[in-house]
Parts: sequence; C-alpha cells; structure tokens
Amino acid sequence: MVLASVFSISDNIIQIEAQKQGIDTRKKNMSIFPSFSELFGTPAPEYADKSTFHRLSKGFDIKLAGTAEGDVLNAEVSRYAVKPTDFRGIAPIPKLEVQEGQEVSAGEALFFDKSDPEIKYVAPVSGEVVEVRRGTKRSISHVVILADKEQRQKKNAVPSSDASREEWIAYLKGSGAWPHINQRPFDVIADPATVPDNIFISGFDSAPLAISYDHILDLRGDDFQAGIDVLNRLTEGKVFLGLDGRSGKRPHEVLLNANNVETHWFEGKHPSGNVGVQIHHIAPIRGNASVWTLKIEDVLVIGKLCTEGVYDTTRVVGITGARCKEPSIIRTLAGANLSDLLKDKLVSEDNNRVILGNVLTGDQAKGDEFLSIRSNQITVLKEGNYYELFGWLLPIKPRPSTSKTYPNFLFSDHKFDGDTNTHGEQRAFVVTGQYEKVLPMDIYPQHLMKAILTGDIERMEALGINELSEEDVALAEFSCTSKQPLQAILRDGLNMMREQA
Amino acid sequence: MGLVDLFKKIEPDKKKSPFLHTAYDAFFTFAFTPNTTTSGKGVHIRDGMDLKRTMVIVVLALQLCYVFGTYNIGHQHFSAVGMYPGFLEGFHLKLGHGLIQLLPIFIWTHVVGLGIEFWFAAKKGHAVEEGFLVSGALIPLIMPPDIPIWILCVSVAFAVILGKEAFGGTGMNIWNVALLARVFVFFAYPTTISGDEVWVSGFESMAPGSAVDYGWAHNMLNGLFSWMNIDTFNSAAVVADGYSGATPLALAYQGGWENVTQNFTVAQMWWGTIPGSIGESPKPLILIGAAVLIATGIASWRIMLSMFLGAAFMGLVFNAWGATPFMEVPWYYHFYIGSFFFAMAFMATDPVTASSTNTGKWIYGFLIGAIGLLIRVFNPAYPEGWMLAILFLNTMAPLIDHYVLEANMKKRLSHA
Repeated sequence: MVLASVFSISDNIIQIEAQKQGIDTRKKNMSIFPSFSELFGTPAPEYADKSTFHRLSKGFDIKLAGTAEGDVLNAEVSRYAVKPTDFRGIAPIPKLEVQEGQEVSAGEALFFDKSDPEIKYVAPVSGEVVEVRRGTKRSISHVVILADKEQRQKKNAVPSSDASREEWIAYLKGSGAWPHINQRPFDVIADPATVPDNIFISGFDSAPLAISYDHILDLRGDDFQAGIDVLNRLTEGKVFLGLDGRSGKRPHEVLLNANNVETHWFEGKHPSGNVGVQIHHIAPIRGNASVWTLKIEDVLVIGKLCTEGVYDTTRVVGITGARCKEPSIIRTLAGANLSDLLKDKLVSEDNNRVILGNVLTGDQAKGDEFLSIRSNQITVLKEGNYYELFGWLLPIKPRPSTSKTYPNFLFSDHKFDGDTNTHGEQRAFVVTGQYEKVLPMDIYPQHLMKAILTGDIERMEALGINELSEEDVALAEFSCTSKQPLQAILRDGLNMMREQA
Repeated sequence: MGLVDLFKKIEPDKKKSPFLHTAYDAFFTFAFTPNTTTSGKGVHIRDGMDLKRTMVIVVLALQLCYVFGTYNIGHQHFSAVGMYPGFLEGFHLKLGHGLIQLLPIFIWTHVVGLGIEFWFAAKKGHAVEEGFLVSGALIPLIMPPDIPIWILCVSVAFAVILGKEAFGGTGMNIWNVALLARVFVFFAYPTTISGDEVWVSGFESMAPGSAVDYGWAHNMLNGLFSWMNIDTFNSAAVVADGYSGATPLALAYQGGWENVTQNFTVAQMWWGTIPGSIGESPKPLILIGAAVLIATGIASWRIMLSMFLGAAFMGLVFNAWGATPFMEVPWYYHFYIGSFFFAMAFMATDPVTASSTNTGKWIYGFLIGAIGLLIRVFNPAYPEGWMLAILFLNTMAPLIDHYVLEANMKKRLSHA
C-alpha cells in the first residue's frame, strides 16, 4: 500500500512538473503508467507521427448508402457560374465588372465586393456571360458563363520569389485567389489587413459520403508545395496540416511529403476532419487571435497561380447518395452546371433532394443550379415528405440515429438510404449532454446556443463562439432531439459578433 | 395511405376552433410522424430520435412499476385485514382492489394535466409538447393509494400551471413537475400524505378493529366474482390486531433497524411488498427501469451513480456518528427502505430540471444523495428526503452550471 502510494504520488508530481514546463500531457504521456487509450485503443498507423497524434473519442459517423467509387470520369459541362452567395462575408449586391453578353477569359474578374474593391472574384472558364441572375431584393445570385470550346486563360505575372508579403497579398487579391482563403473567427473570407497567427489546412474530409482527396492530389505535388510556400509568407506563425489518422486511410504521398508545414494526425469519427476541430486541438483560437483556413483545393488554386500564373479551379467531385444510379467521381471545374453533371445519373427525377455538399452542411439545389465553390460533393437523397404511422414509436424503416433506442449498433455496417424527413417536430431544448457527445471540443454547445438566442455577446465569446463554424455544430444539429436549427443560430451569433468587432 | 386521408378529412379549422385544432394536432402527430422535411439550409437528414420517443421510453420503463404497484395496493389492503397472506393468494381480489384505487388517480391526473396542457397550447398557438407524457405517468406512482381525487386534481393543476406553463412550458420549468405536485399535497394537505394511516387503502382509519370501506366499484366486482363463483370482497373484514400500517421508514425513525426487522423482512423490503406510495417500492423492477434508461442513453448515468455515491457517503458518515437509532441503520439498508431508487432513476434524472453540464451532473447527483439522506434521518416531520432534496437541487442546478461554465470561460479568457 505504502509503496503503491509513493509511486502514485511521485508519478503525479512528475506530471505536474511536466505541465509547469509547458509539456502537453494530453499528447505526450509523462506517466510511468500507460494511458487507457495506449492499452486498449487501436494503435496509431505506423506511418503516423506519434507525438502529434490526436485521438478524438467524440463524434459520430452517419453511414449512408451511395459512396462514390471508381475511376475519375471527365464531365461535359457547357455552363458554369460564380455565385456571390458561396462567399461568406461579402455584401449581397457586389459590383459587377461584366455585363450580359460580354466575353471573358478564365481568370478575368467578374465582380468585386465594395468593402474591398481589390479582391477580385474571377471566372473559372472563358466564354460568354449569358446571364446575371438576381435573387431577393436585387441581390446577385449567379453570374452564368457559357464556356468556349477552346479555353482562353488569363495569364497573371507571378511576383518574383523575393517579393514582400504585401506584394504577394496584392497578387492573390487581384488574381482571384483571395476568396479561397477563409478566416476564423466568423468563418468568412480572410481580412487582408490582418496577419494571421497560424494557417490551418485539413488534409481529409470525414463528412458523410465524403470522397478522398487522393484523386485531386495525383500529379499536383508541385502546385501543393508552391501553395504551402506562399502561405508561409503570409503568416508569422506556422502552417499546420491535419492528416487522416484513421486506420486504413493512408494520406496521399503529396501530403506526407509536404515541406514547411507542421503535420498533426487526427483519429476519430466525424468531425475529426473539420479544420475547426483540428485548430482546437493544435492551437486554439483565444482572445483577439485570428487564423486562416483553407481546403486542399484552395491550396492547389493558389499553388497554380503562384507557379504558372493561371487560375485553375479543377475539382474532383463525388456524386453520392442513395438516389444516384451509380455514385461516381468526376473531374470538372468549380461552378459547373448540375444538370450537366447529373444527366442520366439519378434513379428517378422526382422527389429528390439535390444537395450541394454533404448532407450536414450543404445547400439544397433548387432549379437550375451550379456546383458550390465551397465543396467537392453532390449528394442526392429522397425527400422524406411522407407520413409514418406511429413512426416515433415503432419505426419500420431503418434510419440513422445517435440514439441507442434504435438497435443500429447491432448492425454497425448497415448503410442507410437516408431521407429528408425531420422525424419529429421542433421543440424547446430538453435533452442535455447530447451535443457534447458529437463535438470533440471543450465547448458547451447548448449553453452557447442559448447565449446566442439571448444575444449575449460577451457570453458567446467566452463560451467559444470564435472557434466554431457551422460545419462543427452540424452533427449536433443532426442528433438534436428537439430539432433545433443550430447552424442557423450559430451563424446569427457569428454575424452579431462580426458587427460588434 | 388511406388512413391518413381519413384523419385529414376530420381536421377542424384552426381559426374557428383553436382548441379543437390543437387537440386534433396532438392526436394526429401522435398517430403519424409528420411529413415535414428539413428546411434546405442546415442539415438535410435528421436523427430518428425526437421528444416523443424520448418521453415514451421513460413511460415504458415505468410500466413494471405500474403492474406491481397496482397489485401491491391490493396486497397491502388484504395484509391489513389479515387475509390472503401469500403474495399470490386472492389474486383477483388484490388486482381488483388495486385497479379500483389506481384507475381514478391515473385518469384524473391525465384529464387535469393534459387538459391544461392542451388549453395552454391552443392559447399560445403552438403544438402540444410531450412533457406531460412523463409527468402524467410519474404522478400516480408517487401518490399514496388513498389520495382524495380532488386533492390530486388541485395538486396536478398547481404543478402544471404554476410549475411549468408559467415558466413557458416543456423545457423551461425550474422544478420537476411530478415532484411539485407531490410537494403541494405534502404542504397543503399533509395528513393525506404522511403518517401511518395513509399508505394502505380501503379504510377510514387504521386503528385495529376498523371496518373496510368498500364502494360501488367493489360491489360491482363482487357481482362479477360471485357469478364466476370465486372469492368476493368481504365487507365485514376489519383491521387485524397489531397491524399499524407504518412504513419501514417510520419504524426506523422510531426504533432503528431492529424495529424495522420486527415488522418486515429484508426480502420483503427489497421486493417491495410493503406499504408506501404506489410505485416506489419494488426495488428490482425500478432497477430494471433504470437499466433501460441508462442503456438507451435517455437518463444520465452520471446523476444516478453520483446520487448513489452521495447517499452511501452520507450513510457511512451516520454509521460512524451513530447518535440516534436511525443513524445506526447500516448504510446499505438505507437503499432497502423508502423510495431512493425511484427518486434516483426517474426523478433526479429529469434533464430539464437537472444540471445541464456533465461536471455539474456529478455534483448535482452527489448532493441529492447526501442531502436526501440527511433529511430522511434528521427530519422528524417527514421521514423521507428525496422529494425535498431533489426540489432543492433543482433550484440550485443553475448555480452549479453557472460555476462549471465560469470555469470553462475562464480557461478560454485566461489564454487571451
């Protein structure tokens, strides 16, 4: 007994000392006793770096049918569009630089936001501007381009390698790359006036039916590295790359061999691939800190602009979901027309929900729609507009759920079709502790939501709203028993914070 | 689906008769999950779980208590008159008497409670919320079997109007609605819910020699039973000599564990064939319910475990202290007497009134366990503590959460 307590106390003292010296004991086990996960958890893959390996126990994988597999197909698309609504944080009526009927080449400016006229939003293809579509209150929803058969690229003059930070920023703003950089807090287009503490890139997507980045990274190693190198010039901190630590999902060689980045590994269910979650575990946003985030595709766009000087938004897109005849992977450009992409690909034309993105964060495509610049996925589900007799008590059809009142854990490999039925009506917050289970961050989401609903800015900030974006609370919204619209509430809160700032 | 169309045909007009429409809507959504789809912004698929399903799992977990509680009303009644001492002897009579007592309590609880809920929902123009599904199932189980119906109705009305609707309905209340109904009876009509007289039904008085008090329902059943040629209710029966009607708690307060075991065996207390509130006594059946709630993740295992630890801790403290005979009751026997497990499984775990943070839940549960036992042992007026302890901690839960959240906020701000 005495001996055991001596061991235990001295072991604790070592850990306290380690924390005093600033060693993170969560990541590095300073104890002589192995931690629980070391004993029983699945071991980290051998190619992963153990010292930056983060194991996330919270989260949930919604297993849906319709995973996109196979070779990358090329799509024939005639029309493309740039949608101001895709870019977070710009005014609803940007200033147009083109008119209907005008010819543009790829990389040429289409419009700019009046708050910063130097940031150009450019065309992904060359062709004729055939339509400027307007939404509510004369806002501009789409600038549609009919693509030329022979593509013309606008060639930008790349700054020399010893150019200053300001020159690089000016180049990125003018060439159309800037809108590809987002910032936290608020998850909006980055403010060029700030110097970010760090820049974060997530190297994998853990969302339902997400496709792997492998296809788009093939043969793009140089572009990726060039993008990383430019990003390093923009921050005084580091560029972090979050890598997939889930077993059997070895990251692409381009990611493994990238230089000038600090890689961290993440193992766990969705949302382990969300950049916000990764930031929280690498270097959380505190106080007035500001960080920038990019997706892999965005780094490639910047890389290509900084090597060859052309704006190239090549996308590898997964067409997924149970309503697709053959879920497939296609190569196209950002803003491609959906009806071209989905031609002859759906089980049925009626009663579908076409989603630009994944089922958690995507937007519903209504009418003639175009690929979102923010995602590399289209999901097609069945609309759930049906009544179900005693559906809440005796569900006949299997449905995804985080709740153990459904025997889903017995069929852990089952892939659900999934539909858009709400499975119940909206209610006040009743159940507690539910959101925390699917958000691997030290945040109390329900209390944060209540702070937003009451408009308490200081409390929102203290409860960590600056660390969050819609995608981080999307899973909590899915699992919410009271069917609350958490993503919309969070965005309201972020807008409030932004107005105050 | 033909059935849906049939239902849709009788839908009342919302403007002309809002109350009827609210009632219709409540029953319609009960029968059919609505055909609403996700909005197109935000998530596109939703979890199969909703509040109706959450609530009905609790109600299902309570069903064993209902079955046993009903029968036990009859069993205690006949124990008092010294007839049918075996548990299954006189089965039809015990069940019959149990139903005669329970059904009015159950029906009136729901008529009053749901009536008020429907009325408020119609007035405020929102759908009927599911909260009363559980409250309505809990209230009969925590009432004495002989409670006068009008007192029951007043207490339910008080709990639903002042305890819940005044705060904004389901999800907004500060105190557990079911316990609020009980505490109202406790303070307004204490003689109907405390003492030795009230835990056994069917008598005017529990003094030895008092006659049974049968009504028209018993006579009706007697007609049926005599036609079937089986035993009937004997209205000449009187309370047996030496029978007190006291619960183990009252006995323990008077004379410690020894006094309890002179009247009841340990097995009797564990299985619950003792006088008490209707559903609180069968410990194994309550634990099955608790296991269902934990396995399905409906109720917080943190609260249950910490409440157990809190009560055990306090029991050990009292054992070490040992100033009164009640303090000397071994700590583990405290779980055999009274309604600890029922309070733990179904009352303390109400997510609306409990602490809402996981850390807070540990503190909240532990304090209920400790304070509840404190009240049980020290309060001479009322020898059971869980109701008051839970209501007290309901009041304190926001404070506990406040400090848990402060700690989280401070961590974030200190790094600024």
